Amino acid sequence: MSEIIKVGMADLKTCLPPNGITTLGLGSCVGIALRDKNNKVGGLAHIMLPDSTVIANQTNVAKFADTGIMELLKQMEKLGAVKRNIVVKIAGGATMFAMSSRTNLNVGERNVEAVKAKLKELGIPILAEDTGLNYGRTVIFYPETGDYVIKAVGKPEKVI
Amino acid sequence: MSDLTLSDVTQNYYDVLREIGNIGAGNAMTALSQMLGCKIDMGVPQVDLLDFSDVGTAIGGEEQIMVGVFLGVEGDITGSMLFLVEQKSAKYLINKVMMGMGDPGEEFTEMELSAMQEVGNIITGAYLNSLSTLTNLKIYPSPPALTVDMAGAILSVPAIEFGIYGDQILMIQSKFFDEVQIDGYFILVPDVESYKKILTSLGLPV
Repeated sequence: MSEIIKVGMADLKTCLPPNGITTLGLGSCVGIALRDKNNKVGGLAHIMLPDSTVIANQTNVAKFADTGIMELLKQMEKLGAVKRNIVVKIAGGATMFAMSSRTNLNVGERNVEAVKAKLKELGIPILAEDTGLNYGRTVIFYPETGDYVIKAVGKPEKVI
Repeated sequence: MSDLTLSDVTQNYYDVLREIGNIGAGNAMTALSQMLGCKIDMGVPQVDLLDFSDVGTAIGGEEQIMVGVFLGVEGDITGSMLFLVEQKSAKYLINKVMMGMGDPGEEFTEMELSAMQEVGNIITGAYLNSLSTLTNLKIYPSPPALTVDMAGAILSVPAIEFGIYGDQILMIQSKFFDEVQIDGYFILVPDVESYKKILTSLGLPV
């Protein structure tokens, strides 16, 4: 029997088929879905901020693009994933309110950029993305097929 | 005076912050009920220190569709203010403001969203004004921005501000409702460094 594993904000988890993995209401945060295309070990990270290095005394690695991707990769490798077989799909990074933030101007955009930079550094290819714009997204990822289902308010569901 | 961290915001301070929520939301409710010409009730404000993973569920589920009016708070204290109304409630509220001229469909028209933004502006203004009077601090709201989206996505905006400092968010939350079907929330999220200022201005040793 399959279940859907839930990932919260600033959180990450691994997932094995036939299970799916989801995170609800992504705003400016980014949902990073990693998958080993050979043995189908999957994982999802819900990151909030681009860069752990500019922030003092942070303890939660899942909060940042750079450390979040590294940690998820490490946990997936423990389950047998091999880095050179890993591919990724990303979603989120919206700007929820025009001028919404003073200290974190365009944080959605910066999150997406930081995620892409880290993935490039690791040599992990991005197969698909649904990022930016101004609306929230709920995502469900199925490591079995690699389908990344994206739902948004008032928009048809799509699979990337 | 040492820096106040979130973990120092103890039960005593919670009571004060709850009272701030009470006064702020009370004034906002008065403004709203005058605007609508009906009675609006308000629940006991809640002050919560939440883990990020619990933020989405704080007001009835991450995927609950809400109309959110967001204002940045500037001046002596900084932070964010959110006025959140569940979709159906918002429709009802707007229709009342527009004297029954609202669109009957489920979607919001431009005009309705604009009306909602103005309602949010007026009543959050009342909230912040009373807070300013109480504390003698200058508090200026930014112009409002509006969105219709999932609660989780809307609440991620103030959560990200807190993400810079730690792994929790402090929210002062007031729920309001009328006899029929208006149901919504005020959420004040002062930045970490603003707590000390608010508490000090009220004569509390920090």
